[in-house]
Amino acid sequence: MSRSVRSQTRTGSNRRQGFAALGAAARSARGRVGLIITTVVVLIAVVGPFVAPYSATAFVSAPFATPTAHYWLGTDTIGRDVLSRILDGGWVLLLMALSSTVFGIVIGGAAGISAAYLRGRIDGLIMRTVDVILAFPSLVFALLLVSLVGPKLWLIVIAVGFSHAPQVARVLRSSALDISERDYVKSIELQGVRAAKVMWSEIVPNLTSPLMVEAGLRLTYSIVIISGLAFLGFGQAPPAPNWGYMINENRIGLQINPWGVIVPALLVALLTIGVNTFTDAVARVAIGVERRNATVALTEQVSLPSRESV
Amino acid sequence: MSAVPPPPSRLVVKNLEIRLANDDVEVVRDVSFTVNAGEVLGVVGESGSGKTTVALALLGYARRGLRVSAGEIVLDGSNLLAMSPHELREVRGAKVSYVPQDPAAALNPTLKIGTQLSEALTSHPGSVDGVRNRIVEVLREVHMDADPDMLRRYPHQLSGGQQQRFAIAMAFACRPSLIVLDEPTTGLDVSSQRHVLETIQSLCRSYGVAAVYVSHDLAVVGGLVSQVAVMYAGRVVELGPIRQVFDCPIHPYTRGLLAAAPSPERAEVLTGIDGQPPRPGQRPPGCSFAPRCSFAEELCRREAPLPTTVNGCVVRCHRASDIQFAAHDRVVVDVVPSSESEPLLALRSVSASYGPKPILHAIDLELQPDRCVAVVGESGSGKTTLARCIVGLHSNWNGSMRFDGDLLAAGAKKRPREVLRRIQYIFQNPYTSLNPRKTIGQILAQPLEHFWKLDARTRDDRVTQVLSDVSLGVDFLDRYPDQLSGGERQRVAIARALVVKPDVLVCDEVTSALDVSVQAVIIELLRKLQREQHLAMIFITHNLALVRSIAQTTVVLNEGRVVEAGTVDQILEHPTDPYTRRLIEDVPKLAILGMSRRADA
Amino acid sequence: MSTATSQKLPSEAEDAAPVSPPWRVRHPLLSLMARRSLAGVATLFIVSIIIFLATEVLPGNAAYAVLGHTASPAHLRLLERQLGLEKGIFAQYGSWLGGLFSGHLGTSLASGQGVWSLVKPQLINSAQLVVIAGVIGTIFGVAAGAVAALYKDSWFDHVTSVVALTVTALPEFVVAIGLIVLFATLAFHLLPAVSIVPAGTYAWNNPKVLVLPVSTLVIVIIPYTLRMMRASMIEALESDYVEMAQLKGVKPWRIVLFHALPNSIAPTIQVIGLNFLYLAGGIVIVENVFNYPGIGQGLINAVSNRDIPVIQFIVIVLAAFYVFVNILTDVIALLATPRRRIAR
Repeated sequence: MSRSVRSQTRTGSNRRQGFAALGAAARSARGRVGLIITTVVVLIAVVGPFVAPYSATAFVSAPFATPTAHYWLGTDTIGRDVLSRILDGGWVLLLMALSSTVFGIVIGGAAGISAAYLRGRIDGLIMRTVDVILAFPSLVFALLLVSLVGPKLWLIVIAVGFSHAPQVARVLRSSALDISERDYVKSIELQGVRAAKVMWSEIVPNLTSPLMVEAGLRLTYSIVIISGLAFLGFGQAPPAPNWGYMINENRIGLQINPWGVIVPALLVALLTIGVNTFTDAVARVAIGVERRNATVALTEQVSLPSRESV
Repeated sequence: MSAVPPPPSRLVVKNLEIRLANDDVEVVRDVSFTVNAGEVLGVVGESGSGKTTVALALLGYARRGLRVSAGEIVLDGSNLLAMSPHELREVRGAKVSYVPQDPAAALNPTLKIGTQLSEALTSHPGSVDGVRNRIVEVLREVHMDADPDMLRRYPHQLSGGQQQRFAIAMAFACRPSLIVLDEPTTGLDVSSQRHVLETIQSLCRSYGVAAVYVSHDLAVVGGLVSQVAVMYAGRVVELGPIRQVFDCPIHPYTRGLLAAAPSPERAEVLTGIDGQPPRPGQRPPGCSFAPRCSFAEELCRREAPLPTTVNGCVVRCHRASDIQFAAHDRVVVDVVPSSESEPLLALRSVSASYGPKPILHAIDLELQPDRCVAVVGESGSGKTTLARCIVGLHSNWNGSMRFDGDLLAAGAKKRPREVLRRIQYIFQNPYTSLNPRKTIGQILAQPLEHFWKLDARTRDDRVTQVLSDVSLGVDFLDRYPDQLSGGERQRVAIARALVVKPDVLVCDEVTSALDVSVQAVIIELLRKLQREQHLAMIFITHNLALVRSIAQTTVVLNEGRVVEAGTVDQILEHPTDPYTRRLIEDVPKLAILGMSRRADA
Repeated sequence: MSTATSQKLPSEAEDAAPVSPPWRVRHPLLSLMARRSLAGVATLFIVSIIIFLATEVLPGNAAYAVLGHTASPAHLRLLERQLGLEKGIFAQYGSWLGGLFSGHLGTSLASGQGVWSLVKPQLINSAQLVVIAGVIGTIFGVAAGAVAALYKDSWFDHVTSVVALTVTALPEFVVAIGLIVLFATLAFHLLPAVSIVPAGTYAWNNPKVLVLPVSTLVIVIIPYTLRMMRASMIEALESDYVEMAQLKGVKPWRIVLFHALPNSIAPTIQVIGLNFLYLAGGIVIVENVFNYPGIGQGLINAVSNRDIPVIQFIVIVLAAFYVFVNILTDVIALLATPRRRIAR
């Protein structure tokens, strides 16, 4: 009995875990840092192409020239302006990462929630599929597709999104399993409401927290994988600028003009750190609400064990 | 542990005060009591009263977020609150020990029970000689085998009753001076509960230890303790000899608790206590109980009462001396004769199983229109499965169910919409039966939309109507479930069932997650609604004492079989089946104290 | 999180049952291994079909894919014969699958070398990288996580949690480039920026070439282990059984070692398993950055050259590794959890 009483506060806090968690996360110190970093990098990527001083593909000087007043970050391996290439080299990456994340979350979420709610054979089928897809590491999966079809951007987006789907499906399935067993879902079922409607109107609204956290994580991984593929040369076709590929192509000149490597690497790093830090803040808010609710009634209702003297 | 005879008072607690660690909110205040060797003090209170917090403080322990801010806890002459962490560690387990509420969680799942027991002994070298012998001895005392096979088991290999007995053995292992028991029988069936209580009682007597027994259940405490402290909102409101407190309670809260406790002896109207206890930090100035108290006057709201002694009890109430003579009436429920009309719902030899495992065997059950039948059984009896078969949540059954003459299909999916509307189900736990993302208004309007496709206007009218039926105001419409107390949530759940005007209401342990005072309110509400709205009701419960207050006929389930069925009076007064008889005997009763119900006369 | 009601159902079913005698209980460990191995074989079988069909059915056939638009029909036919493409699809699959078992993996289209002799040294080099990085990362991650949990909210906890959060998100090539900048080029010249392993030798013959690739992978995997260990250790420390042990007067070091640690290891094992799985993918980029001659680098070369037999083999090896690690993780986690290992 006391167990059930203990779970009260947990279920009770769900309402405030909705999209309000995003706002609360943005107000937390951690969340603010994440948001600011992300915004700066996104601004560079989005506004960059319009303010770049030179064409990203024009040869302006000798290869690996060190920074001058004209070329603030020097030139790259074949004498193009590093700054211009950086300013123009982020938006494609961002767009690809966002699309593959949306793709992965939608496919994986739908699969995971249906598996959890419908159970039985559909569950088995979906989860076996998940197992099979998981047997390919994301990057290898993308490489496999690229090797067969060629380095098409849409293909990379689909491959990366598709390789996210199983992880998303697993996480959401386990959250949705818990929700599907809740009495409020049973009470709707007892009215004979259709399965699709039960899932959409009773289960999904209770999954906003895991969905948001998962979306943030997947966005981070999308950036990691897509920039990694670009680094390996599986991105836009060569003359086009791309942070990932810039690092690779300018690597040989690291000792002469390191900026063509360091700045893109830093931007990719900041982007992933920013997104991940904000995601972490969202996750903390989602968990923290439970804790805070608990401290309101610091009594038998909630048991708050201590590790005093350990 | 010296040869000097122990002082008369083993434990003296003085002005104990416990606060939240960071903000300066008081959780427990002015708690004082003494316990003598061989004596058991009962600490009774509802959830949120601070009773567990006090219990843990007796071991010099405060949970994270709490701190003991003032007072003394003197055990055998030394103040626990003045000890260093090292000294405290040596006292805990050796001189004062703890029996947890939920042994399933308190026993380490990765350690064999033998290890956990010997660890209690080896942590305090010198407390007993011969660890092995002591293990065998103490396990025998709690009626458990001490063979190596048993000691090699992990906690999950024990039954609930065994786990609790094992936890008690651990507590007694070092022969402590004081033992603190925190609701040790909460999760147990009445029969295991009785065994555990008997074990505790005999051990306390033979060891001559002082014991503090924390419970929410007055009846459990009644048979065990010599003194009782009733806690409300972090204070002891009444403290005295058990007989005195039960026979002529003085504090209005104690009186309320006693009036709310159901009795298997007679069908009484249960009077709950309206409202809910204040949370720490939101306690009113003056007496904390004043907002819920019918005796309260201006003084009560202004000034916190000081303890006064009335009839040998220490009471915190400004009006103690007036209340002393106030009547303490109980109203007897008017008897509804069992009906001879055609049953509205009839089960014939229904058997059900989970996977290959049979749960119910050939159940027969009849429900007359306008009547209530109680289904009584312990956990594992299959009573919840029976309810789920009837409402259509469980479809793996055979046999026949007729509702209003027509056969019921197995599973809600196969039943016509009209049948789904006419049979409504109320879940056990109001904390999980309401969608936390929807307002009460949305929750109540949803079935109307689904079954009747009403326009918004009519829908609103109906929702308001049904809210007032369950004594909730329209201001609840825009609230979310987590803004409601347990009792309020259960009212909403009842309203959701009633909103589509059903004929049959299936209530599955609807009060087991609630406090006694709230339980009484909900039971009365259900009884009233059942009569007024001419509902047929199936009331499922493990609590025999509740049956009288609500049902006319009853069915007793044991291991998936109906062992006895008949009118409530017949079964409770002249049970023929040995299982029913044992069940009735094992129920802790307030009345075992003799003339507990003063106003009976 | 589970509610009273949802807990009730299984317990209702269980309570009625007497404890089964030991000889009738199938050993959970054996049954788990049997089930998982079976599922693993099934997964691998499906994976093999997918790999095969993908290389077969997707736009143009393999021969076309290798030679491109400009290939002459004669060339195509020659290559088709080399790949066995003129046979029926089932026969092709059968001979490929048979080859996998008998060791006849065919020849690399790019180098003409046998696939096995080409991939074997790469496999050994990669295994060294994965095992060394995995072991070091696990030890440091578990230790740091446990210490952070024990001294929760101390400076160590705060520093590790911020560092872990930052590093978790970093792409491997950024870490690798960072290490190269620091230790191999701009700041110091301590270590080789490129891992040159002469043919016929393995990486461990010249441990210096392993340092930077291993460090990269260790840095990338530590945060996961650390965070999981910290979280599960804190959960254990805040559990009812640790509270009970304190109330029994058990000594603090004993509480940590015997009560908290065993209970926090089980959930961490899952993450350690995931880390090894991650490493299997992570080596692709790290090997490329350091030009380390392992299967990751081999895969990229094969993809660039559209060397289908090599791609097929490397991908199936990675899938087999995935299945194997999963089974191993489950078995170890089961061993660490008496509640699951021993039936009631």
